[in-house]
Amino acid sequence: MCTTCGCGSHKVLIEGKRVSRHAVPGALSYRAHATPAKADIALAPPANVGQTRRIQVERDLLARNDALAADNRTIFSARHVLALNLVSSPGSGKTTLLVRTIEAIKGKADVAVIEGDQQTSNDAERIRATGVQAIQINTGKGCHLDAQMVGHALEQLSLPEHALLFIENVGNLVCPAAFDLGEAAKVVVLSVTEGEDKPLKYPDMFRAAHLMLLNKCDLLPHLTFDVAQVMANAKRVNPDIEIIQLSATSGAGMDDWLAWIERERARCEKPLSTA
Amino acid sequence: MHEMSLAESVLQIIEDASRTQQFRRVRTVVLEIGALAAVEPEAMRFAFDAVVRGTLADGALLELIEIPGQGRCTACGMRVALQEQYGLCPECGSPRIEIVAGKQMRVKDLVVE
Repeated sequence: MCTTCGCGSHKVLIEGKRVSRHAVPGALSYRAHATPAKADIALAPPANVGQTRRIQVERDLLARNDALAADNRTIFSARHVLALNLVSSPGSGKTTLLVRTIEAIKGKADVAVIEGDQQTSNDAERIRATGVQAIQINTGKGCHLDAQMVGHALEQLSLPEHALLFIENVGNLVCPAAFDLGEAAKVVVLSVTEGEDKPLKYPDMFRAAHLMLLNKCDLLPHLTFDVAQVMANAKRVNPDIEIIQLSATSGAGMDDWLAWIERERARCEKPLSTA
Repeated sequence: MHEMSLAESVLQIIEDASRTQQFRRVRTVVLEIGALAAVEPEAMRFAFDAVVRGTLADGALLELIEIPGQGRCTACGMRVALQEQYGLCPECGSPRIEIVAGKQMRVKDLVVE
């Protein structure tokens, strides 16, 4: 296990390889690893063996992840990159939506994708078939991406200024809500083949998201899904959430989603001082 | 099962503390978990026991302190007790409740030797 950041403790693979090196020449440097080792810190004298004492720690469990996410965010803002963290249940159509989105944006903007799945590189291959860069992270048994994995993936991406980075999280409406990756916004994808009460069942995720994409709307004529109800449920959990209805398959509503991305990209162009 | 990653964060915090505070064994870990933090206490105990096996915290007692959920209505300022992450302000009916307590997950203190 890496003693700098603890990476390698899980069976996390990036592009099929264990992460063992932090500095890839010419690639983005991951600032979290540039901090000097703590060996120089003067140690307190050892306590007597066998005696117990209570020590105050007061440290947040997510503090480390949040610090690494802040590093990722610094990289994104320095390059005016819009990073979006796509979250959903498995099977909501995230990858198809991404493929269609990339096809529409390609040529107008540089796009890169970080794909998170427990196993296989199928999704990254689907993305690469569109001609854009994609890095696959396999989390092994892990149920979410964390900031450290994304930091390592960034080392392998050449991310031009003003690029658009999609991070497709592991399909899971629970755990990814808690782990900041440094993204500008979480976008939750919910398909109409799921239940209208998903926002109430998984409030963390719908509270954490800026935008909900209601996908597979082309199937609505065949279903009893109540669109007004799901929108009310999402607003109940998060009154400020934006909602776009679309179908990645038919293309309906895609223009609204693309306009939303453009609006967010424009925000990334603002000077750093306002970030 | 993000309790497993959280348990690994607990171990990392313990290991960091052992370097600066010089101890060899951990007897008790006191962990504050907010009622709105989406952490299952039983899953957390299970994950903790698995993660610390063979480390300086092997066999340590995990004390969980639940911090109740509390919100503040951003419209009228009313303090609201929260059982879940959302709700309506009992005073003015606004759904805009900012969570002020109950999301935290932190290692409070350790009993060490």
